Amino acid sequence: MTEFLQHLVNGISLGTIYALIALGYTMVYGVLKLINFAHGDVYMVGAFAGFYFATATAKQQPTFMRAVLITLGSMVICGLLGWAIERFAYRPLRQRPRLTALITAIGVSFLLEYGFQLQFPGSWFPPGPTPRFFPELLPRFTLEWPTRFGVSLSNYDVIAFCVAIALMVGLQWIVYRTRFGTAMRAVSFDAQVAGLMGIPVNRIISGTFVLGSVLAAAAGVINASTHPRIEPLFGLIPGLKAFVAAVLGGIGSVPGAMVGGLVLGLAEEYVAGYALSSYRDAIAFTVLIVVLLFRPTGIFGRVTVEKV
Amino acid sequence: MRMLRTAAAALVLLAVGCSKKGSDVILIGHVASLTGSEATFGDSTDKGIKMAVEEQNKAGGVKGKQIQVKTLDDQGKPEEAAQAATNLIVNDKVNMIIGEVASSRSLAIAPIADANKIPQITPTSTNPRVTMDGDKVRPYVFRVCFIDPFQGTVMAKYATETMKVKKVAVLRDVGNDYSVGLANFFEDTFKKLGGEIVTDQSYKAGDQDFKAQLTAIRELNPEAIYVPGYYTDVGLIARQARELGMKQPLMGGDGWDSAKLYEIAGGALDGSFFSNHYTQESPDPIIQDFVKKYKDKYGAVPDALAVLGYDAAKVGIDAMMRAKDLTGPAVRDALEQTKGFRAVSGEITLNDHHDAVKSAVVIAIKNNEGHYSATVNP
Repeated sequence: MTEFLQHLVNGISLGTIYALIALGYTMVYGVLKLINFAHGDVYMVGAFAGFYFATATAKQQPTFMRAVLITLGSMVICGLLGWAIERFAYRPLRQRPRLTALITAIGVSFLLEYGFQLQFPGSWFPPGPTPRFFPELLPRFTLEWPTRFGVSLSNYDVIAFCVAIALMVGLQWIVYRTRFGTAMRAVSFDAQVAGLMGIPVNRIISGTFVLGSVLAAAAGVINASTHPRIEPLFGLIPGLKAFVAAVLGGIGSVPGAMVGGLVLGLAEEYVAGYALSSYRDAIAFTVLIVVLLFRPTGIFGRVTVEKV
Repeated sequence: MRMLRTAAAALVLLAVGCSKKGSDVILIGHVASLTGSEATFGDSTDKGIKMAVEEQNKAGGVKGKQIQVKTLDDQGKPEEAAQAATNLIVNDKVNMIIGEVASSRSLAIAPIADANKIPQITPTSTNPRVTMDGDKVRPYVFRVCFIDPFQGTVMAKYATETMKVKKVAVLRDVGNDYSVGLANFFEDTFKKLGGEIVTDQSYKAGDQDFKAQLTAIRELNPEAIYVPGYYTDVGLIARQARELGMKQPLMGGDGWDSAKLYEIAGGALDGSFFSNHYTQESPDPIIQDFVKKYKDKYGAVPDALAVLGYDAAKVGIDAMMRAKDLTGPAVRDALEQTKGFRAVSGEITLNDHHDAVKSAVVIAIKNNEGHYSATVNP
C-alpha cells in the first residue's frame, strides 16, 4: 500500500510537468492546427533561463520571493522566444501547406537543441552539452504527516503541484472568461471569419504562442528544481511525451491536456515501479498507439465533421 | 554538416598538395568526452595524457621526434567517438589512438583502429568485450586497466565480507555496455558468495526521474543498492533515494570517480562505496610523486581517470621506444610485449587478452569525500 501511494505521489508530480507542457501543444494546435515540435525545447530554454537567473543572483538568500521572481523572469524570456518563433518561423509560412509548417517546427526544434550545444571559449552562453545543475531555489524539506503512511512528500512536490494547478486554472480563466480568450476561440473556430469580424488574428496567434511558451517556462523551472540536471537535449523526451499526453487528452482541449498529462505520468510511474523499469518510455508511445486505434480524438476530443 | 566538414577537409588536403605529415613529429590522437554527461572523464584523461607527453618531450621525445597530442571531443556519444577516431586516423594520420574512457565508446572505436592497423589504448574501458572481436582478441586494441569480471567480484566480495550484507538490489543503466556488464558480473559473484539479489531495476542514462525504480526497491528493503553507472546519474539517484527516505548505502564502480559526483550528490552518498583503480591516499612514493606533479600543474587532485590517462600514454610511449619503427604493426607488436611496466596505477603486464592485471581499491564516501577503504588483489 505504501508503495502504491508513493508511486501515486511520484506519478502526479511527473504528470503535472507533462500536463503543463501539453497545454502549450494543445493551444497552438487548437488555434493553428500546427504541432509545434519546438515546444519541448522552449521548455528546455525555460529551465536554462531559470538557471542563469538563479546563478546570477546566487549571492542572495534563497527566499520565496526570489524563487517567484526567477520563475517569472524565465517566463518572460520564454514568452519572448515563443513570440519570436511564431513571428519569424511560422507566420511567413501560414498560407503554405501544413506539412511545411510542421517541418519548420522540427527545424526550429533542432536549431534550439543544437544551438544550445555550441560552446564559445570564455562565453557563458550558449551553455554547451555538459549538464548543469539547477540550484535549490528554496530550502527543501520532507513533510511530516505523509511519512506516517510511509510516503515521502517534499515541500517541492507540493509547491510544484499547486503552481501547476494554479496555472491551469488561470489558463482556463483566460480562455473562457476574457476577451482575449474569446478571440482565441473564435480564431480557432475559423481564422478567416474571425478576421472579417475585426479580430486581430495575427496578434491573437502571437498571444497563443506566448501563453503556451510561458507555461512551458514554468514547467521547465518547476521540473528543474525537482530534477536538477538540465542540458540542451533534455526537452526532447518530455516534449514528445507531452505531445502524447495532449493527443491522449484530445488535442485542442485544455482540460484534456491536464488529464492526459496526469494519466501518462501515472501510467509511466506504475509501469516502471511494478513491471519493467526499462519499458517506461515505451509505455508512453504504446499509450499513444492504443489511443489512436480506439479513440482517435482522445479522451476529451470532439469528432469534427469535415465539410466539403 | 558532416558532408561540409569532409568537403572542407578534402579541400585542405588538396591545398597542401596531399603532403605527408611532417615526419619529425609523432601524433597521438585522443578521443574523449570533453563535454556531455561524462565531461570530467575526458577532461581528466586529457590532462593526464598531456602531462605524460610533455615529460617525454622534455626528455628528448621518441626516436628523436617530438610527440603531439590531438584531442577530439565526442560529447559522450558512441557515434561521435567513431567519427572522431576515423577523422584522426584518416585525416591526421595519427600513430596511435588513446581512448575512449567509456566502454561503449571504446567499442565503437575498436573496429576502426583494427581495420586501419592503428594501435588503440583505452585508459579505463573495463568491459571485457572492448579488446575482443567475438572469441578473437582484437590485435590492435589494448587497455591499461583491469576488466569488469574482476571489478564486479571486488565489490561483491567487499559487500559480503566487509559490509556483511546479504540482500542487495541492482539498478543498472540498460543502454550502457559498461553498466550492464558490471551489474552481471557483480550479480554472479554475489550469488555465488551466498547473497541474494532482491530486484534488478534499470534506468537509461539521462533520465530525470528515478523515483519509480527507487520506490520499488524501497519496498523490498535491501541492505544495499548496487548502481554501476556514471557519476551524473549516480549523484541524482543518490539524491532521490534520500528524498524517498532510503538510508541504504549505494555501491558502484569506477564510473563514479569524479569530483562532480560529490557536487551533485551533495552529501547523499555518505556511507556508500565504490571500486576504483587507484587512491590518492596511497603511501606509494610513485603515486605521491604523481599527485604532487599533477597538483602543481593543474591545481587539483588527480582522479583515477587522470592517472590512467597518464599511464596509457606512458605505456604507448614505452612501446614506441621499443618498436623497431613507428608504423602501426611495429608499435602493436611492442605493445603486446609490455611486461612489468611500472605505471602510477600499478605494474602493467598486458596478458593474452590485452588487459592489464592489477589490484583494485575500494573507496568509502564519508563527509562527501572519497577515502581509501581496502585493496583487493586479483
